[in-house]
Amino acid sequence: MSTHVSESESEADAATDQQDRPAAQQRRVEKKRERHEQRERASDSSETEGQTILLKVFRYDPEVEDKREPRFDDFHVPFKKGMTVLDALIYSRDHYDSSLTFRHSCRQAICGSDALFINGSQRLGCQTQIDDLDQPVRVEPLPHQEVVKDLVVDMEDFYEGMDAVEPYFQEENLPSDLEEQRQDRANREKIKMSTRCIWCGACMSSCNIAAGDNYLGPAAINKAYRFVMDEREGEAIEQQRLETIEEEQGVWRCQTQFSCTNVCPKDIPLTEHIQELKREAVKNNLKFW
Amino acid sequence: MSQSYDRGLVENFGRWTEFSAGMWAWVFHKFTGWVLIGYLFTHIAVLSTAIEGASMYNSTLQGLEALLIVRFMEVGLLAVAVFHILNGIRLLFVDLGVGLDAQDKSFYASLILTGAIAIGSIPTFLGGI
Ligand code: HEM
Ligand code: SF4
Ligand code: FES
Repeated sequence: MSTHVSESESEADAATDQQDRPAAQQRRVEKKRERHEQRERASDSSETEGQTILLKVFRYDPEVEDKREPRFDDFHVPFKKGMTVLDALIYSRDHYDSSLTFRHSCRQAICGSDALFINGSQRLGCQTQIDDLDQPVRVEPLPHQEVVKDLVVDMEDFYEGMDAVEPYFQEENLPSDLEEQRQDRANREKIKMSTRCIWCGACMSSCNIAAGDNYLGPAAINKAYRFVMDEREGEAIEQQRLETIEEEQGVWRCQTQFSCTNVCPKDIPLTEHIQELKREAVKNNLKFW
Repeated sequence: MSQSYDRGLVENFGRWTEFSAGMWAWVFHKFTGWVLIGYLFTHIAVLSTAIEGASMYNSTLQGLEALLIVRFMEVGLLAVAVFHILNGIRLLFVDLGVGLDAQDKSFYASLILTGAIAIGSIPTFLGGI
């Protein structure tokens, strides 16, 4: 996050309450600490402090004559402690080239608009510290989606998949009057991680199955999981949801490559959720007669 | 939007240096699966020489086993089969939702074990040549 400054004591704190963290987050925190220690060993203080970093940014614009052929532009950005990739992009746009185009909004990893392909992996620009990356920093639009302009990709396929699973709570038998639709703690805990999705599309972009055809994609299946597992929804709608995810482009396309789980900025155990739905689908179809 | 840019297949295979454990496991599993199918055909072809009689079968096998390259290919076949079986077991666990957090470690373990078994088999396969 752009306000987050990686300091050694906060990393140390992180180590103590590791048990409560989801596995993916734990791994990332560990990696971060390793990189931090590596840098500490390499030089006493942060070597990038007070330096200029090199940003290589993908450029393409079908409406501009000399940008029709995709290319990379170099931007030299003065480094500040706590600088994120998004900060560096904003600096480049404001100081060098006002036509540099990328989506962003919240700067705190919650709106999901700045998923980018940074140094060969899908990450949120606002969640990725420059300090954690090798130089030069290569920023590209999300793979497997068509580029509209510079770092902006066409997200239509992704949204279509999300819509296909009807990502909203549906229950016909609404309680009377002011009675609440309570969820018990255990059930809430079960779906907790799946509710964290910010629709950034990083998972879909990382998946080489989704690249090839209309596979619903990890995020949409995770959405389906969120509602299938929610005990407050009735039998009929659960049945309908299971049928959707079982279709040709549903859960069975997943080849358990774990790419989505590795890139999800919200550390959602996507593969685990997809696998669980596969088992639900099988159980749903098993008949003993 | 008048036009957009499709970067094509380079996104899938041009970036093989950036693949992670799960992706490599998938690539290797596909590859080894199809190599095993391919071996099945050669296996049947070689065994079929027995139709011509015992001496034909024996001379074919002796001829093949006399070739160093065949001996090496046998080591390779063993490695392919062992990896496919070990990673197959890993995939079965993944399907059961067991140990998903250790999926990368179990892949590396499959690789190391495959390597060890293949190397261990060299004296047997290359013996008496
Ligand atoms: C103990 C032995 C074996 C185990 C445990 C095993 C396990 C598996 C598993 C779990 C898969 C599915 C992978 C997935 O989820 O996508 C698979 C795929 C496959 N296996 Fe095996 N297998 C074994 C032996 C064999 C043999 C002997 C052959 C060949 C004759 C073979 C050929 C294949 C092929 C062609 C695939 C499909 C690859 C693809 O997806 O294109 N396997 N194996
Ligand atoms: S599941 Fe994760 S990677 Fe996929 S869209 Fe949601 S937040 Fe992004
Ligand atoms: S700017 Fe909102 S998620 Fe990065």
